[in-house]
Amino acid sequence: MTESAESDWKQVLEKALPSANLRWSEFRNQHRVDVPASAIVAVLTALRDAGMDQLCDLTAVDLLEYPGATDRFEVVYLLLNTTSGQRLTVRTHLNEPDLKIPSAVPIWFGADWLEREVYDMYGIVFEGHPNFKRLLLPEAFESFPMRKDYPVKGRGERHNFPIITRAES
Amino acid sequence: MPLELIDSPGADSNQREGLWTLNFGPQHPATHTTLRLVLQLDGEMVVDAEPDIGFLHSGFEKLAEVLDYNQYVTIVDRMNYISPMANEIAWHHAVEGLLGIELTPRCKYIRTIFAELMRIHDHLLCTGTCVLDLGGATAFMYAFNEREKIYEICERASGQRFHTGYTRVGGLLYDVTDDWVQMVREFCKTFPKAYRDFAGLVMKNRIFVERTRGVGVLSKADAIAGGATGPVARASGVERDLRRDEPYLAYDDLDFDVCCAEGGDCYARFQVRMMEMLESLKIIEQALDRLPSGPVFISGTGKEGLPDKREVYRSIEGLIHHFENIMPNRQMPSPKESYYGATESPNGELGYYIVSDGDFRAYRARTRPPSLLHFSLFSRMIRGCMLSDVAAVLGSINIIAAELDR
Amino acid sequence: MATQINKQLGDNIFLTTLDAAASWARANSLWPMPFATACCGIELMSTAASRHDLSRFGSEVMRFTPRQCDLMIVAGRVVMKMIPVLQRIWMQMPEPKWCISMGACACSGGVFDTYAVVQGIDRFIPVDVYVPGCPPRPEQLIRAIMDLQDKIKKTGTYNAREFQLRILPDGPKRFDEDELMRIRERNGLKLDDHKYDPIH
Repeated sequence: MTESAESDWKQVLEKALPSANLRWSEFRNQHRVDVPASAIVAVLTALRDAGMDQLCDLTAVDLLEYPGATDRFEVVYLLLNTTSGQRLTVRTHLNEPDLKIPSAVPIWFGADWLEREVYDMYGIVFEGHPNFKRLLLPEAFESFPMRKDYPVKGRGERHNFPIITRAES
Repeated sequence: MPLELIDSPGADSNQREGLWTLNFGPQHPATHTTLRLVLQLDGEMVVDAEPDIGFLHSGFEKLAEVLDYNQYVTIVDRMNYISPMANEIAWHHAVEGLLGIELTPRCKYIRTIFAELMRIHDHLLCTGTCVLDLGGATAFMYAFNEREKIYEICERASGQRFHTGYTRVGGLLYDVTDDWVQMVREFCKTFPKAYRDFAGLVMKNRIFVERTRGVGVLSKADAIAGGATGPVARASGVERDLRRDEPYLAYDDLDFDVCCAEGGDCYARFQVRMMEMLESLKIIEQALDRLPSGPVFISGTGKEGLPDKREVYRSIEGLIHHFENIMPNRQMPSPKESYYGATESPNGELGYYIVSDGDFRAYRARTRPPSLLHFSLFSRMIRGCMLSDVAAVLGSINIIAAELDR
Repeated sequence: MATQINKQLGDNIFLTTLDAAASWARANSLWPMPFATACCGIELMSTAASRHDLSRFGSEVMRFTPRQCDLMIVAGRVVMKMIPVLQRIWMQMPEPKWCISMGACACSGGVFDTYAVVQGIDRFIPVDVYVPGCPPRPEQLIRAIMDLQDKIKKTGTYNAREFQLRILPDGPKRFDEDELMRIRERNGLKLDDHKYDPIH
């Protein structure tokens, strides 16, 4: 994304949310904006109306072990303008116990499964999602495996099945 | 009962009484891999479909947090397993973007050739198996004949025919030899004839055409808002191809067209895939003609990249360099940043969002899987179609369960 | 009379046991049920496709309904959500049935030592032949099927030695060495003679 493009989005957001506390940063020509969780819907809607027509990806990061981090979770929205090819990363932070954020499904319906996956992996609740439940793991699974305090090898869930022997089969 | 009535949220609940539920999968030949659909049917018409996925969720992203940038390539291989090397290229494209590595020209060209071979590989299997599901076994056999040739090319370059694990941060495992180049040239020579046979069996097969035309329509607006990319989006008229729009590797120097179709139905998706195979062949031929000589690894005394294997085995300096770059506490540092790098994989935009905490391994490596977004659009595509169209639509969006569930 | 029949039929008569004939027929008409979940499934397709052509070995009739099959090929990793499905399909297959565990993931979990992946399907269902490799080459799968055919031919139906062994509580068990010795003595074989192996 070019320099002028960044200022475009800056203008868009400043116009839509004059009072919001936005922090802009850049790394290797990728522009990012950190917004407070309360303003996320307004920011995303303003960006969508300004031309960000595709939600490229939605994910989260658990910052538990990240050096110098002050927040627990980071929710990341990767936006894309399919005509000009401009990209923008929107990030917001959440902390326990209030792991709730408004859903982006009314803005882009492609957020549907992405939000369910984030819930599945991190336990972040997206309020207003039309069909909110686990996506990948079984309903009976209790933990959120992508959290940093969950071990890679699990807590024994993978061994917890009946054994069928030759005699029974 | 008219469809609009069922779809509208205000429809009276007792009007839904005639519907019946059908479970499709998780073990069903047309799913190719493992996914489950709960279909609501009105007679033979699909009123709604609720996909249930996760039957192959194996914790790829959790593994990314314990393996380093080079090791994780063995895992990404197993993600979209019908075009393994496309994943490797995407992963290391993102990693090299994070580390700020500029590849050598030869490495760029070899990766480009492999990326395009993988596109042919993927489209052959996707089309072949879909025709198989729709009742024609012959095209599948023709497709596999060509796929075996590509397997051999992979095997010659990397030593493994399937999960090659061929790319490394800043280069490739081995340089390719001249007879590998000959092999690819030979493939380019024989492929057009095989393609003609295959295309005749697919696109001129009346049963296939009639079972795919007008089925599973995805509108352009839905494709954009739903996050569709790659052949699925291009078949709906979204003219977007990362190879052209965000050129990476050697695509900037090469001449090719972006294949698009109108209509957004299953037939259009197969049209795009069939056209793309020829474009890929064009790219491979150009890349072979321009294949530069020189090293495949970035000039190597730094922490990035690995020394040449011959040096490792024959000189003490090479061995020390290897040791320095392989031992866990001595590996390359990475910037404490986050980076999103995406490539145009055969299935669509395959990206990795890497968050690094300065370590030699990713703090978080998120895959942006094209299959997941495509499959979330499935229930939109299938509404109003017949039960037998489910196989056609599933085949046309090319769902790969390992990429879908990770 | 007998000589007349002999004259008429000549070499067209074979004398064998019912056991051997039935086992021979079973071994060469395997109907595999491809339980293909991941990468190995593509190699399984390769095996059945044009170059490697599994039908040369009498087991190409892939059926996707377990009730028609007698060989389950588990190709690919099996995860938490899939294992109940796998077990259910295994139970639906009629006896006699065999299972090939194809690939490192099905045998042991392979590179996926994570919270979701079952570390070897033999923890939960019985397995007859293991195929290593990630994924195994088609040749390896063909070899595994030939090994399985060999095993089936030696199984027998009348005494059903194989199925007697299947009463053992779990999975493939190590054979009791003393029992092995006793059987060998009974059959007049030396202790180090490996020609007769009762497990087959």
